[in-house]
Amino acid sequence: MKFTDYYAALGVERGASAEDIKKAYRRLAQKYHPDVSKEPDAEAKFKEVAEAYGTLKDPEKRAAYDALGSRPQGEEFRPPPDWAREHGGNEQFSFDDVDFADLFSRFGGRAGGAGFSTGNREMPGQDFEVPVEISIEDAFKGTTLELNLSLTERDPAGRVRRVPHPVKARIAPGAVDGQRLRLPGKGGKGANGGRDGDLYLDISLKPHRLYRATDHDLYLDLPLTPAEAALGAAVEVPTPAGPVSLRIPAGTSSGQKLRLGGRGLPKPRGGAGDLFAVAQIVVPAKLDERERELYRELGDKAANPRRHFAEGT
Amino acid sequence: MTFESEVMWLDEHRAVTLQELIEISGLPELELLELVHAGAIPALETAQGYTFSARVVTVARTACRLRDDLELDVHGLGVALRLLERVSDLEAEIVRLRAQLPRA
Repeated sequence: MKFTDYYAALGVERGASAEDIKKAYRRLAQKYHPDVSKEPDAEAKFKEVAEAYGTLKDPEKRAAYDALGSRPQGEEFRPPPDWAREHGGNEQFSFDDVDFADLFSRFGGRAGGAGFSTGNREMPGQDFEVPVEISIEDAFKGTTLELNLSLTERDPAGRVRRVPHPVKARIAPGAVDGQRLRLPGKGGKGANGGRDGDLYLDISLKPHRLYRATDHDLYLDLPLTPAEAALGAAVEVPTPAGPVSLRIPAGTSSGQKLRLGGRGLPKPRGGAGDLFAVAQIVVPAKLDERERELYRELGDKAANPRRHFAEGT
Repeated sequence: MTFESEVMWLDEHRAVTLQELIEISGLPELELLELVHAGAIPALETAQGYTFSARVVTVARTACRLRDDLELDVHGLGVALRLLERVSDLEAEIVRLRAQLPRA
């Protein structure tokens, strides 16, 4: 397994007092806690800090950790043969398939009691929260997610090991950005009769080349020629259910929103959001002589759209 | 083996009881009730006791993590939850306004 320098993770000396360790943890936890932090990699950073504090705040775990000696971060090593026994482990202790975090989670901790004994106490399985990104098309039609998770589990001898945990979840139509889903019992296995943990999915929508979603409503940029905007037109616009014809009223201006009721994303219990086509008048970058002439003619007849600049303040 | 699972939508259309919220969130009952009384966790009081929108499950689980990881007391938790709710509302407003802006 690879060695993790817990003192370096907290930014303290090896001889730091319990109080200094607590202060360092609090400072870093406030900075990186994933529920409050926008720092890049906050979740991974917080995990490192919490793992280090979980071991160093407990005098027995800290003594066991210190007995491993000081090593470079990431160095491959195996604990000395007597290490587990000297620090309260049992003779069956094995270091196969165990990573450094698992090693210290095997101490009593929340299971009660010191040392490596798992005891017979009822332990709920671990809950997991997993962010998942789905496309707007999947949100519209519904989708089945196949997640390949990995869980930490104890075998019958109490050894901790990582096991694959594939989960298939059917997401009905209507999930939107920020929707949370709970899959009861699909987290880590409970021990000694404890309930199995839950799996939480935090849905977000992938950016789409055409639509911008807000809740169940969709927004779509709708390019129009000056003539279509001025005279009105019927144009075909895409929607997640397929193209529809939209009537553009004469005198449409840029930025005007044309609402297609019920053409947004479906709501999980019936109904649907709206699709808003946002008019964008597109002027040709190059004009030929005839076009130039026609625009000049139009310009001569056009009312001044900046009249209000001259009005009193 | 891969298995298809029951999926519970955590939204306002589903209600959870106080007991369910305690079990799911991991918050002790007294602290959860203090947060409810302080208005940091919205609840509906009925003759049968408190019921909650399933949307609150996420809030209560966040409260439990903040309590355990940052060692916050219930008053600090109440303030943190209110501020997080304001941040979340503001972020939703930004998304809503950005969606209305034409792409550059």
